[in-house]
Amino acid sequence: MPERNIVEAINNALTEEMERDSRVMVLGLDVGKLGGVFRTTTGLVERFGGARVVDTPLAEASIIGASLGLALAGMVPVAEIQFLGFSAQGFHQIGPQLGKYRQRSRGRYHCQVTIRAPFGGGIRSPEFHSDAVEAQFVQTPGIKIVMPSNPYDAKGLLVEAIRDPDPVLFCEPDRLYRVGRSEVPDGAYTVPFGKASLVRKGDQITLVAWSAAVELCLRAAKRLEDEGISASVLDLRTLVPLDLETLCSEVARTGRCVVVHEAPLSAGFGAEVSATLMEQLFYDLDAPVVRVAAYDVPFPAASLEDYYLPSLERVLAAVRKTLEN
Amino acid sequence: MSKNSAVQKRHSVLAADGTRVAGVQSRMEEEFLLEALGWMMKSRLYDQRVIALQRQGQFGVYSPGMGQEASIIGSAMAVDPARDWMVPQYRELMATVHHGLPLEVISAQYLGKIGPARIPEGVKVLPSQVSIAAQLPHATGLAWGLRLRGEDAVVLTYIGEGGSSEGDFHEALNLAGVTQAPVVFFLQNNQWAISTSRRVQSATPSFSLRAAGYGFEGIEVDGNDVMAVYDVVVTAVERARAGGGPTLIEAVTYRMSFHNTTDNPSLYRDPAEYQEALRRDPIERVQKYLAGLGLWDQGREANLTDELRHEIDSALEAAVAAPLPGPSDLFDNIYAHPPERVLRQRAELLDGQV
Repeated sequence: MPERNIVEAINNALTEEMERDSRVMVLGLDVGKLGGVFRTTTGLVERFGGARVVDTPLAEASIIGASLGLALAGMVPVAEIQFLGFSAQGFHQIGPQLGKYRQRSRGRYHCQVTIRAPFGGGIRSPEFHSDAVEAQFVQTPGIKIVMPSNPYDAKGLLVEAIRDPDPVLFCEPDRLYRVGRSEVPDGAYTVPFGKASLVRKGDQITLVAWSAAVELCLRAAKRLEDEGISASVLDLRTLVPLDLETLCSEVARTGRCVVVHEAPLSAGFGAEVSATLMEQLFYDLDAPVVRVAAYDVPFPAASLEDYYLPSLERVLAAVRKTLEN
Repeated sequence: MSKNSAVQKRHSVLAADGTRVAGVQSRMEEEFLLEALGWMMKSRLYDQRVIALQRQGQFGVYSPGMGQEASIIGSAMAVDPARDWMVPQYRELMATVHHGLPLEVISAQYLGKIGPARIPEGVKVLPSQVSIAAQLPHATGLAWGLRLRGEDAVVLTYIGEGGSSEGDFHEALNLAGVTQAPVVFFLQNNQWAISTSRRVQSATPSFSLRAAGYGFEGIEVDGNDVMAVYDVVVTAVERARAGGGPTLIEAVTYRMSFHNTTDNPSLYRDPAEYQEALRRDPIERVQKYLAGLGLWDQGREANLTDELRHEIDSALEAAVAAPLPGPSDLFDNIYAHPPERVLRQRAELLDGQV
């Protein structure tokens, strides 16, 4: 079976979906000849032409807003926002417009739109390139929020996103784009939304994460194994829809949970996970749920990001503290 | 170059006193003009009726088109409901009705109805838009997409002079210019964004001049002159359909009532300016012109008014009679496949189940 990294998996998903369905088109900044700043769209314009692979003006609100209109015309747009941090300049077209369009039209219209956006720290990016703002979109119902952590899921979840009749925000972990290859089959397959993945099974504690933080949790679990601690790692894969069943059953099994994310602590999605577990599992928990997150300061200069982002040491410390209880 | 040299010539066919501007032809001739007059009267009669209902607590917050009927109707008559799309803001309600949206359906929306306010299949109108200018990127994308799909369609979208200050206005027009999308941006400059004067909104001498920055034509028209409005919009629609790309049209008009039923213009509007605006009434000038041709008189006006009032009342009765939403409507039409958590919330509300 072919092996691909996340960039190649995304490119493969886009190519196959554009091949399968002539309504699928890609638009955004530099997605044409350059193939995107991370090369996720390499080769698409040569293969499918400039009408379906479109370098747009540098304007996020109209990339997203025009995608809504394109969808109403019967196209299936896959829009790229070059970095999720720049979604702020199109925020009103995501939640308030895309997310609300089915409702505000009383079901007459729906928006089959996928917005792809790389994000995340750890690659020494300039300002606004790294911000993990995924939780902001959880507060705009109507948008599905997809956070793949590995090549297989990246392809399967992207195919699912493109085929979903409703808008999907697909956040790509740029730090993991090229860290390694793993098995990604040729040909279409989907990974369903709302199905968390137990990427490592342990007995004493569950580490809950999504996107690049899953990789951090896997490193932590390996270190903990050396110390004789058996940790599970649960990859939520999608924040909306949230797989409540797997989250609750897995944490109930171990009785302990640490949630890890790159977004600032306060009102991050970890708060949602923690509150959900409190409500659902209070008597099954052996210790309070602990969150490991970025600090409540704006994303700093790259020279400071290692202090800002959740580190292996902070995850290990949180696990040890949780196990003391 | 002095500032004034940039002032646009304003297209005009029918002067405020109901006389034809010398030497200017129009494609809206007599029978068609009578039809336009009927629609303009319907627009005003509907506004008056629902404002009265709103004052009695029987209608929602409403933004009338009074004073702007020539812009609203002249533009709507220039597109083909069978193939063209209309992307409104919210003050051009009767344009969407002209485009096929039943009056009882749009009325039901103001009465809080949900299902009965759904735009029927086949009616090529997008929902009215309260977030100012947010519809413009949608209009550009829709027009671009229709072209990609090989359809012979044009998109007519509405905005005000206040909305032209929004970033979405710039982004949508810029993208339309680049893609040569078949879209007509119809800007009604009614001089007011709630209480904010047109003078505060922009230093440009004409909003239509902004088109130059996007590489397409901008036209200024007397927005109280239904013949002139029709002519410039028809020309823009034909150009778009032929592959000639977008047009920005500024219809210079005047908001003769208020922003909406919560507004009080006496706090900010100069009464002399308002009185002067009333003398440019878009409906009266057509009535005078047609009377001069022997096609209009008090008897015809009374008959048509009765007929339109009856039609409006029937639509309002149907909208009132349409069922109110229930709690399940809260969860309908959000997702094709709702998340499990949303389904649980729905069950909790509907059945008291957790």
